[in-house]
Amino acid sequence: MPDNAPVPESRVLVAGEATGPVMVLDEPLSFWGGLDAETGLIIDRHHPQAEKSVTGTVLAMSTGRGSSSASSVLAEAIRLRTAPAAIVLLEPDEIIVLGAVVAEELYGISVPVVVVDETTFARLRSARSAEIDTAGRLALTN
Amino acid sequence: MPLVLDDSDQAALDGDRGPAWQLAMRVIVRIAEAVEADHLLDISAAHIDSCLYHGRSGLDFADRLADAGATVTVPTTLNVASFDLRHPDLYRGDPQTAALARRLTERYEEMGCRPTWTCAPYQLEERPEFGQHIAWAESNAIVFANSVLGARTGRYGDFIDICAAITGRAPAAGLHLDDNRQGGVLFRLEGVADRLLDNDGLYPVLGHLVGAATGTRSPVIEGLPGGLSEDRLKALGAAAASSGSVAMFHAVGSTPEAPTLADAFGGRTPGETIVVRPDDLRSTRDRLTTAMGRDIGPIERSSVDIGAICVGTPHYSVGEFGRLVELIATSRVAAGVQFFASTGRDVLMEIELRGWAEHLRESGVTIVTDTCTYITPILAKVDAAMTDSAKWAYYAPGNIGVEVVLGSVEDCVATAVAGHLVRDESMWADA
Repeated sequence: MPDNAPVPESRVLVAGEATGPVMVLDEPLSFWGGLDAETGLIIDRHHPQAEKSVTGTVLAMSTGRGSSSASSVLAEAIRLRTAPAAIVLLEPDEIIVLGAVVAEELYGISVPVVVVDETTFARLRSARSAEIDTAGRLALTN
Repeated sequence: MPLVLDDSDQAALDGDRGPAWQLAMRVIVRIAEAVEADHLLDISAAHIDSCLYHGRSGLDFADRLADAGATVTVPTTLNVASFDLRHPDLYRGDPQTAALARRLTERYEEMGCRPTWTCAPYQLEERPEFGQHIAWAESNAIVFANSVLGARTGRYGDFIDICAAITGRAPAAGLHLDDNRQGGVLFRLEGVADRLLDNDGLYPVLGHLVGAATGTRSPVIEGLPGGLSEDRLKALGAAAASSGSVAMFHAVGSTPEAPTLADAFGGRTPGETIVVRPDDLRSTRDRLTTAMGRDIGPIERSSVDIGAICVGTPHYSVGEFGRLVELIATSRVAAGVQFFASTGRDVLMEIELRGWAEHLRESGVTIVTDTCTYITPILAKVDAAMTDSAKWAYYAPGNIGVEVVLGSVEDCVATAVAGHLVRDESMWADA
């Protein structure tokens, strides 16, 4: 059912529209060395959600992690359509933004990247799916 | 404060300098907005990570810039490539991918980047100076530049590295600015034995622990010996930048912006203090040893079959090769064990001159340049591999599907020579 609390606003790092099931990462993920761009599966063996797919999800992760090459892997996943539908962060991460910006420049595909506050991040944990609009408003369904 | 561009930035963004500059400036501006920079600043050197092949998109981006005739305007070095350009026969992967990866390296050379092919550009003869603004990508190089050299770079990822190299501009944000270079969290070592403090094996493990616990703050580490070598600081930083998103750390008494604890925090009080005890270090080391999952009992009687040893992540320095030569001395790598040491071609040239490269090859060590053994298929199929690098240990299971045992370089050499797993547990005991 829709979460009836007011629709949370976010800070838009990359604008776009997206809808998808919510996946909250228990730990940050380095897309390089952590995500297989061909399959969309988490391959970081140390990650608690290893072997799960991020494809088409509204992926919530507190911060970025690790490699500079994460931008390339995200751009490649966007090109191959295995990427998350949207990425929601607690703190801005320029490496993630770069991947999304360049995929948009090259292929015209927009994967929104937004930053939310702790309260909204916590609400995502109980949300089943989420919708993001170009202004960065999030509508949650529990 | 909104981003304000100067006239020449604005002209580039408007396309006055052609499509390559326009694309490069657009990427920089979008990142500058994301990190809330209010202006751009000049950078005087760049290090490019985008030259490592991850798929068609990386090549599409390089093609877009190079086809439009872009060239770099500041001295620019290149990170590792996807395979050993000097010894291509070491590559066991798909030839089609190799051809695209090679094409990518050519495009970056065409744009005027120096073919250094190393993840450790701080080991090259010319390197950034204290206070110099640079745009470096490659997480271990970023953390080394900020922490050990005292140069200033943001945590740059692929794509913006070449954009900054072309335009000579970068967002004035993050670690470029005085206010963001102080520590945010204190790690205090307690009860760690002198023997461990004096062993290279401590530093990657400590770095991994610090990176995982620190979040996006800059860690300050207290309780280490002063005047730590660059090699130890390199191992610490590389591990922290893999397990976390650390772009700068302070080791009190060793790194240039932390002569004292108070300096490291810029006079402020640490937001949080985390005590690190031998037990924490042992458990971090064991978490990085994935082969332990299938192992039974003490490592001395382990059934894990070590088929490969991989050292040199980040690329080994001349000093680290010296230690390797000293440890191997007149012994030989046992039959059935592959031993790889990764480095840059500049370091290789130096160890060739010293006769060390020949010594190592005769002892059974394969020296890999231009790339690294955990990013590309070089290893023959093995049950498990041993490494002295926490970064290698962290990424290799996911990247190349190998189980890992983490040890010191002494453990690596002892294992290679014995042909079975040897690891000195005693130095990890409580003080």
